[in-house]
Amino acid sequence: MIAHYIKSFTLWEFVKAHWLTLKYFFKPKATINYPFEKNPISPRFRGEHALRRYPNGEERCIACKLCEAVCPALAITIEAEPREDGSRRTTRYDIDMVKCIYCGLCQEACPVDAIVEGPNFEFAVEDRAELLYDKAKLLENGDKWERALAANLAADAPYR
Amino acid sequence: MIQAFAFYLFAAIVIASGVMTIGARNPVHSVLWLILAFFNAAGLFLILGAEFIAMLLVIVYVGAVAVLFLFVVMMLDIDFAELRSGIARYWPFASILALILLAEIVFAVMAWNAGTVVAAKASPAAQGVPNIELLGRALYGRYLYIFEAAGLVLLVAMIGAIVLTHRRRSDLRPQNVSHQVRRRPEDAVVNMNPGVGQGVEL
Amino acid sequence: MTEWFQGTLGYGFGWFVATLILILMIALPLMLAVAMIIYADRKIWAAMALRRGPNVVGPFGLLQSFADGLKVFLKETIIPSGANRGLFIIAPILTFTVALIGWAVVPFGDGMVLADINVGLLYLLAVSSLGVYGVIIAGWASNSKYPFYSALRAAAQMVSYEVSVGFVLISVILWSGTFNLSGIIEAQRSHVFFLNGFAFNPLLFPMSIIFLISAMAETARAPFDLTEAESELVAGYQTEYSSMSFALFWLGEYGNVLLMCGMTAVLFWGGWLPPIDWAPLYLVPGIIWFFAKIFLFFFVFSWVKATVPRFRYDQLMRLGWKIFLPVSLLWVFLVSGYLLVTKEQCPVGTTELASVRTDDEADRFMPSCRSQMPNLTGRDRAAGAHQ
Repeated sequence: MIAHYIKSFTLWEFVKAHWLTLKYFFKPKATINYPFEKNPISPRFRGEHALRRYPNGEERCIACKLCEAVCPALAITIEAEPREDGSRRTTRYDIDMVKCIYCGLCQEACPVDAIVEGPNFEFAVEDRAELLYDKAKLLENGDKWERALAANLAADAPYR
Repeated sequence: MIQAFAFYLFAAIVIASGVMTIGARNPVHSVLWLILAFFNAAGLFLILGAEFIAMLLVIVYVGAVAVLFLFVVMMLDIDFAELRSGIARYWPFASILALILLAEIVFAVMAWNAGTVVAAKASPAAQGVPNIELLGRALYGRYLYIFEAAGLVLLVAMIGAIVLTHRRRSDLRPQNVSHQVRRRPEDAVVNMNPGVGQGVEL
Repeated sequence: MTEWFQGTLGYGFGWFVATLILILMIALPLMLAVAMIIYADRKIWAAMALRRGPNVVGPFGLLQSFADGLKVFLKETIIPSGANRGLFIIAPILTFTVALIGWAVVPFGDGMVLADINVGLLYLLAVSSLGVYGVIIAGWASNSKYPFYSALRAAAQMVSYEVSVGFVLISVILWSGTFNLSGIIEAQRSHVFFLNGFAFNPLLFPMSIIFLISAMAETARAPFDLTEAESELVAGYQTEYSSMSFALFWLGEYGNVLLMCGMTAVLFWGGWLPPIDWAPLYLVPGIIWFFAKIFLFFFVFSWVKATVPRFRYDQLMRLGWKIFLPVSLLWVFLVSGYLLVTKEQCPVGTTELASVRTDDEADRFMPSCRSQMPNLTGRDRAAGAHQ
């Protein structure tokens, strides 16, 4: 009883708590120095989308619209027409990155590994309109990230 | 020069904000104007060399009383039209009251100028002694018993207010913090080992 | 400096220019200090949560506050259509101004004070009681429910803790015998043996803790930040604010916190005096000791913020009225009783006080008698000389 009063008037519990936090203050940090250090990410990481090309520069997408069909968020819009050489290609391939839920079903559905989700997760923009990706932007992403995308697909291939 | 300027500035603001206190349509604005008036009155006290009273005015009236005013007025739901409807009925009475006050002020100033009522007009403060100390000596020396009696009266008023408004409700189960803090796992948890199908007596 | 300006520019105008320069010399570094202290707050809080805190803008993220300031500055000022326009704009300005004007009486070093008035402590109390208006007006003028709840909470909370702060200050004043802040600091010189500071006095140490906790409640800091409890009130009274008006609240809040840290240092830990009354320590300029103490107490503020969860509103009121108020009242009684028993009253009408020359002789009398000892040397400038 008396011990209880001594404890509460010396703020003993508070002193103990503050001692604990002071010890934590000097502990090594649990987080990384983010923009300068990054955690390793899995080859299956589902980040920003990209449209890939074949090594000869021909775009892979054949406008089968499977991704559009499977997309649960209805984020993908595709329009297609035969090109001059008669092959079937998209004239429009839009992804609304605001709608996208990064489920990865589009890359599962793609028969030619054209639409993929890359390792990039730092694509913040200043304007909402910039998040409505069109075909040019997606192809540009594919060109930019091709090496990483190819490596990731190769690393994941044995498990598919 | 600067004193005169400061005096007229403070005095003008006091009067203007006093007028606005009465004239403002919104009661919250009224209270805020009142606070401005208190504040500038404190400025006037400062010019008089009564810095202790000036600070007390700010601390007590601006810091506590006006906050409570504001507190109450903000929560009131006042219908201004209804408030104003009474003016026609009350204004004769109000103007009589105002006239009496005005007459009193005029009389006071006349008496002050005549110089027969008060012996010393200027404050007799000795140079170099802060007026906190002078006030302290006056309150705790010459006027000690009156001061203590004033304190007693306020204490009685406070206790009276509490006694009148306090009611003990029987349907509440108030929190007893120290009881809760003292509670230990041993008081609350019992380990049982009941046989199969026997259940636990609590 | 004032004399020099008065000599070159004429009496009145010289005084005006000198005072203006002094005000800028306090206010501008204060703004810088607030920016850095916000950064420090975030870093300390982060470190105790095993995070890193701001680390991108500038080396170690030192420029984070300036980046935030720029961001806020460039945003649009939004005034809600239902708001009371004038008051809505005045409120943050009021908060910010009040946070600044308190520094006028704070002594940064020996004689380094803008206004060495003899009611310095009362002035600080008055200023800190004004702080609540910014919050109340903001809450009411926003014409929105959460800011309004927050304003009511702020009003009740700040008025409640003002009371116990007042009693704590009374026990300090009893012991120092003056309201002047420089005088209070001087009175702490070798207060307990060779230690400078009222907090080393076992009778006043509990008061310093109560003051620190009340200061947290007064500035609505972490365990008592019910006025901006985000889980209940969105952002409290700041909810409807944006851009610079929001930034002014922010600056004002931290300016107040710094002021409270400074007050703790001045009232209980010897202000610009080194903690130990030992000659080599006086070689370090007083202003550095003062800043070090302010930072130390700011660290304590952040430390508490990182440790203690937010109080519930009834717990806050209970702490203020049912614990701090009686305890501080009892302590005023104890302190004055101790002084009454151990010290002699000022003798009236004799020349006994004029003959007092050293501190040891002066300690026989009540602290407030020092102002009547013209020949006192040593720790002499306590009380008397600062008027």
